[in-house]
Amino acid sequence: MNEAKSNFTSRRILLASPYIVWVAGFTILPLIIIIHYAFTDAGGAFTFSNLGLIFSPIHLKAVMFSLEIAISSTVACILLSYPMVMAMRHLGLGKRTFSLFILILPMWMNFILRILAWQMILSNNGILNMILSWFSIAPLKIANTGTSIMIGVVYDYLPYMMLPIYTAIMDINEDLIEAARDLGAGSLTIFLKIILPLSLPGLLSGIVMVFVPSMTSFVISDILGGGKLQLIGNVIEQEFTTANNWHAGSGLSVALMIFVLISMAFTTKEHKEGRESVIW
Amino acid sequence: MKRFKDIISGIYIGFIAVLLYAPILVLIVESFNSSRSRVTWGGFTLSWYVKLFNNNQILEAFITTVLLAFGSAAIAILIGVPGALGIHAMGRKRYKTMMALTNIPMLNADIVTGIALMLWFVHFIPLSFGSVLLAHISFNIPYVILSVMPRIQQMNVSIYEATRDLGAGPVYAFFHVLLPELLPGILSGFFMAFTLSMDDFVITYFTKGAGVNTLSTMIYGQIKKGIKPEMYALSTLIFVLVSLLLSIGTGISAKKEH
Amino acid sequence: MSNIILKMDSISKSFDGKAILSDFDLEIRRNEFVTLLGPSGCGKSTILRIIGGFVRPDKGRVLFEGKDITALPPEKRNVNTVFQKYSLFPHMNVEENIAFGLKLKKKSPEYIRDKVQYALNLVNLEGYEKRDTLSLSGGQQQRVAIARAIVNEPELLLLDEPLGALDLKLRHGMQRELIKIKQEVGITFLYVTHDQEEALMMSDRIIVMNKGIIQQAGDSKSIYDEPQNAFVADFIGESNIIGALMVKDLLVRIQGVDIPCVDTGFGENVPVDVVIRPEDIEIVPENMGYINGRVMSVIFKGAYYEIKVQSEDFSWQVQSVNPAPVGEMVGMTVLPDNIQIMHKPASEDEEVVKDE
Repeated sequence: MNEAKSNFTSRRILLASPYIVWVAGFTILPLIIIIHYAFTDAGGAFTFSNLGLIFSPIHLKAVMFSLEIAISSTVACILLSYPMVMAMRHLGLGKRTFSLFILILPMWMNFILRILAWQMILSNNGILNMILSWFSIAPLKIANTGTSIMIGVVYDYLPYMMLPIYTAIMDINEDLIEAARDLGAGSLTIFLKIILPLSLPGLLSGIVMVFVPSMTSFVISDILGGGKLQLIGNVIEQEFTTANNWHAGSGLSVALMIFVLISMAFTTKEHKEGRESVIW
Repeated sequence: MKRFKDIISGIYIGFIAVLLYAPILVLIVESFNSSRSRVTWGGFTLSWYVKLFNNNQILEAFITTVLLAFGSAAIAILIGVPGALGIHAMGRKRYKTMMALTNIPMLNADIVTGIALMLWFVHFIPLSFGSVLLAHISFNIPYVILSVMPRIQQMNVSIYEATRDLGAGPVYAFFHVLLPELLPGILSGFFMAFTLSMDDFVITYFTKGAGVNTLSTMIYGQIKKGIKPEMYALSTLIFVLVSLLLSIGTGISAKKEH
Repeated sequence: MSNIILKMDSISKSFDGKAILSDFDLEIRRNEFVTLLGPSGCGKSTILRIIGGFVRPDKGRVLFEGKDITALPPEKRNVNTVFQKYSLFPHMNVEENIAFGLKLKKKSPEYIRDKVQYALNLVNLEGYEKRDTLSLSGGQQQRVAIARAIVNEPELLLLDEPLGALDLKLRHGMQRELIKIKQEVGITFLYVTHDQEEALMMSDRIIVMNKGIIQQAGDSKSIYDEPQNAFVADFIGESNIIGALMVKDLLVRIQGVDIPCVDTGFGENVPVDVVIRPEDIEIVPENMGYINGRVMSVIFKGAYYEIKVQSEDFSWQVQSVNPAPVGEMVGMTVLPDNIQIMHKPASEDEEVVKDE
């Protein structure tokens, strides 16, 4: 920022006042309230037990399953995204709004309906197995398994991984690629030594945007897990809806938040300054 | 060699496109399926489209969804754009703090954001359309700020100050200097906010009161009983309409690029 | 081994149906400092990119040390490029940038360390190993780019307007350094620029190009003193170029005045172009020279005065150590030696194109 601030600049800060009020009212205050719930019992007394619920065997099992789904889905999203973005770059689809359009358009079909469509595709007598039977391939039994939840999660969050990686890779100047080739680098080396490191900020945003929601989703696991497989999101949701224990639900939420913050601290530590805007 | 790479690239993009659009195709087909059962094909029909326009519940949810998306995106722009301009003028430390606070709703799990807002609302205001609107504005503003901030960083804000210095009023300077520069960022922020709000389920689910339904919450409620086929018809209509609008939009912007 | 390191054999290339090069030939000798000089869009960068392997010609062959490398990708060519925009890898420090090519060649760590040190010394950047490339000035970044290219010991170094982004003062310093580096490492330089001063100062041989066609090739002196056509004359330094009539050997008629010259063999009464450098014209009192004109403006340029003299419909540029009275009539004279006679352009392609 500039040293000598003009009169205008200091007055410009005032423009942010409505937003600052908003942040105080709708970001900070709700957090304070949920933390308050998390550390009190029904009688209003201070307690750690709500937070500790996360370590009870049944909840720990949901946490572990959530981690499994989140990690495998995030990795799958990464593995699907890079070839996609590289292919788009290779075919020169980079600068065109058209390619973004292709990635964003599916969001205009309601998200729950899209997941229900996957249920129709993946169910035991569903579309996928019907197609497989045409080729005389034995039907797959993936309905109501972790695999089918993972497919739904990957499907739903793939654009959130692809878009930031796309932005980061399209920002890489073709000159750098040429310079690397000039110095003797082949395609694989260029990817590993130039493109991958330079797309890291985008990759990190992608991980943040996929990992957290995939761990906490409860609709996808509801529909594709057949109601038997519980993610931590399902557990929290039930505390609020069926069990009606808001303190326990808040405790689990805060525990989840702490966990997310810790894992984010690890991934975003590498973030270089001045690149806050990589996400979109 | 290059040809080979072209072909592989094309096939891969095709594969991802199939993955992204297969469920959408399924839903569109369902909207013409005369059988109420989702797994059997009972023949082609347009009756769900006809019934849709007599189903007041669904139409009401649709109107709520659109009003919510439009209202929350518009208010998010009104708060977020001046917010971004103000934050940009702050010193390094305050700038970083504000951006970190802006990131909280994006980093936090939707379920946590939804629950936290709900706990807040039940203490002070009734859960209603208003509370959902407030919640949507809250998660939309960060997207607006993050869309507009790069444009602000790119442009020379001192141009605005120079314009003021030359005697232009703040209103004139805003509309003639700032707005044209920021417009692409504002539009993409609005579009992003609108899309996310239309597609949101989790936050709406926790912050809505009884009687308020968006398309998402209505569909969620129908899962156990079976989705009303009119819903497929409506979703297909929305999807086709948006596809057309966006195609025209990108067509125009692609022409401009050339 | 042949003394020709690189040969381009009737290369043609067009982009979007627009021909940039057609049947272009070029030979570069080992250890030469060759400069391709011409206005932007003349095809010089395309030539460099074809040699570097980034552009595949539509037709023709590129021979490197006698071997056909036309189809070879850039990474397999023993040629390195210094790019106009430096193109340093932003995620690597100075040392990692310079070592990039050597690491790919699987050289030993000791070898790489020595080479990086040597290269940094060569470009006057000792002690910058760990610096972030983004923290360097433009001039320093370009030095790193040069070091990064030469550590690979290419047989031929391609330099694509490497100094184009630097300011004037820095550019002069870097020009001298490049010559020094060239002498030290003894590799062949193919340099591309649109700056005629730069070309004249550094090159062993200059190839002046326009519209994909070589206008003239030769050393600095011959290019400057004996431009072969109006394009070269106009592009290389300031000149008075005027249509004239070659009356007979040793006599040319300029603006209706017969003036002795030293050229022969053009035939009798043949239209020609005449080039006279501004510094070769002497201002004398009216009617004492060949041609009279009115002094339109006089600008002091430090070492000399730049004087514009209008005679009929032609404005003569004169450089003189003495000022002239503005608005007065004067005479102008020139030594026969300093009149350069050229054929009229044979084709449209050779027409004078002003470099904006």
